[in-house]
Amino acid sequence: MYIYNEQDQKIIEQRVAQFQGQTDRYLAGKLTNEEFLPLRLQNGLYIQRLAPMLRIAVPYGLLSSAQVRKLAHITRAYDKGYCHITTRQNIQLNWPQLEDVPKILGELAEVQMHAVQTSGNCIRNTTSDQFAGVSQDELEDPRPWCEIIRQWSTFHPEFAFLPRKFKIAVCGTEGDRAAIQVHDIGIQIVKNSAGEIGFQVLAGGGLGRTPVIGSVIREFLPQKDLLTYLDAILRVYNRHGNRDNKYKARIKILVRAWTAEVFAQEVEDEWEYTKDTLGRLTQEEIDRVKGFFTQPPYESLNNKISDEELAILAENNIAFGKWLQRNTRSHKIPGYTSVTLSLKPTGVAPGDVTDSQLEVIADLADAYSFGEIRATHNQNLVLADVKKSDLFKLWEKAKVSGFATPNIGTLTDMICCPGGDFCSLANAKSIPIAEAIQRKFDDIDYIYDLGDLSLNISGCMNACGHHHVGNIGILGVDKKGAEFYQIQLGGNAGSDTSLGGVLGPSFGENEVPEVVEKILTIYIEQRKGDESFLDTYRRIGVTPFKESVYPKDKKISNMHKDQGLKHA
Amino acid sequence: MPKIIKDTQIVDDSWIIIEKDFSGPLPLGKLLLPMQYWLDNRESLNLMIAGLWIDSDEAVELVGHEANLFPLIAVNFPAFTDGRGFSIGRLLRERYSFNGQLRAIGNPIQDQLFYLKRCGFTSFDLKEGADLESALSSFNDFGESYQGAIVPPEPLFLLNSSKNN
Repeated sequence: MYIYNEQDQKIIEQRVAQFQGQTDRYLAGKLTNEEFLPLRLQNGLYIQRLAPMLRIAVPYGLLSSAQVRKLAHITRAYDKGYCHITTRQNIQLNWPQLEDVPKILGELAEVQMHAVQTSGNCIRNTTSDQFAGVSQDELEDPRPWCEIIRQWSTFHPEFAFLPRKFKIAVCGTEGDRAAIQVHDIGIQIVKNSAGEIGFQVLAGGGLGRTPVIGSVIREFLPQKDLLTYLDAILRVYNRHGNRDNKYKARIKILVRAWTAEVFAQEVEDEWEYTKDTLGRLTQEEIDRVKGFFTQPPYESLNNKISDEELAILAENNIAFGKWLQRNTRSHKIPGYTSVTLSLKPTGVAPGDVTDSQLEVIADLADAYSFGEIRATHNQNLVLADVKKSDLFKLWEKAKVSGFATPNIGTLTDMICCPGGDFCSLANAKSIPIAEAIQRKFDDIDYIYDLGDLSLNISGCMNACGHHHVGNIGILGVDKKGAEFYQIQLGGNAGSDTSLGGVLGPSFGENEVPEVVEKILTIYIEQRKGDESFLDTYRRIGVTPFKESVYPKDKKISNMHKDQGLKHA
Repeated sequence: MPKIIKDTQIVDDSWIIIEKDFSGPLPLGKLLLPMQYWLDNRESLNLMIAGLWIDSDEAVELVGHEANLFPLIAVNFPAFTDGRGFSIGRLLRERYSFNGQLRAIGNPIQDQLFYLKRCGFTSFDLKEGADLESALSSFNDFGESYQGAIVPPEPLFLLNSSKNN
């Protein structure tokens, strides 16, 4: 992973000092609320329903064991002993004291961490595929490009006060695991007909209250032009994005208003001026950053023998076999595998992890995965480089600490925002909905029979829980002070990204698990062979689901006369 | 006389901002004219005494290469969170080679001075009552920066490269 040099370290330390000064001025009444607001947001600090919330940046989800131990310490010393993995691969503290925040940032800086630009109307943490660098299907490791973008976007003097937040994701595989089509900018690493590696650039995607799939604005961008081209996009957006209405301020609204073709042309025109300036990347710099993402010292292993041994262990231990099936993933190096530690056991808020669990994870990473941990946008943690021969030992230890639930990619591996229990933006609670669904579907065989299925929950239309791209999406809505839940079907976050469609009127909290059950029953009845939920839905359409959930003759109790949000 | 920050010093300033809806004869003194006023009346104006101010929603392209007719161009920040002025400043310097005094007016705050300076601004008219002594310290919020802008134009990787080679 990228290791700071003295310059990087100094920049982060200066940021801590700057924010200490800003906090002091605020507490002394020399900085107004209005002025402090964007400054604290750009340091990840929200004022929430119950306490401040601090969002710590985890650039493209990559963590070292030393960083994870520091996080364990911080959650213990400054918070209530746990933290939360977000859908931007970041980490949130729910209960820090405002006056402690500069101190927390100081502690983070000791392990090359920060909370820079994790909120506010600026360029946010660049996200990527949690299996970057270890995937068999990867064209090129996206992480060096994420790091290059991180440095370029950090304290960019021109783009710190954009119309709205701005999110970039980079993907190096054909199957998209970074949801690049629903980002302000999505960068797909591609090879052109001459065999050169470069980027296909998408713009104008996003979730939130107006979900939009991004448009390709450039089919092939040479590597060295990445930053000047990004500058051009950002400049066009900074100058022309809507600043009058925050709900119309994301780049997706501008791209749609102008059309993708016109937007692309504006960017090209702007880029003409900047492409050959000093901002153009050099091979030396690309190579320098790539040098931090070399392979760890893998052993030369016999894949066949490891697989045979695993098969015997799995046969003798059903629970291990299930975990193996759901929570491990193929690796480009023979004899290795990637393990996902589930942060979705029933009864724990999805993505929450305690201080002692963090310490166990750090130990496991040191023992089995070259001291590296990855946060995923599905709110789990990954040990990317585990020897197959270590899997059984790892599983036993993970089980004791509560993160070996064998549910990755299944119904109960839900994406869920903190919702109304914590977030002051939320219209409705989301964690209790997740728990109710987990409790309703506690039969692991049933879950396995359903197979790959994503269920995403957001407590409001800001869509932090990515409900638009869940196969089943649940959106909390507020109707005259009461919390209701709208169900969407058919969303997907993969390379064939699609946005879910609203099923119909929303439901009360208690009805949601039962409605989900009806939806799943239709799927089970109608699926062909091992067809996934999404494929069945795409084949049979919404009608059978609608008819089951909203029977024509019967009136569902408490059903709310809300036709739901129309999708644009 | 009002105080502003110019070239990291606190100085007196006598420029008079002419509002957009101004009509009638111009007052005497060093005048900052609204961009559109200048475009409409340029034939009859004596530019020796005039500066120009551009609002955040105006097209700097309309001034373009004529920017250097003015000793001073100001960019308005109607709200400090309106970041369009940062781009306008850079465009004046980079695209139109403006080499006069570039001033941020309206509501820029202390915590933006470092970024404003990097985007080519050289003078800063902060809101009334701002602590200018305190503001001066913000020019040094950071030493080095990753990306090039106006100050300095080179990204960090180029500066390091020339140091190493």
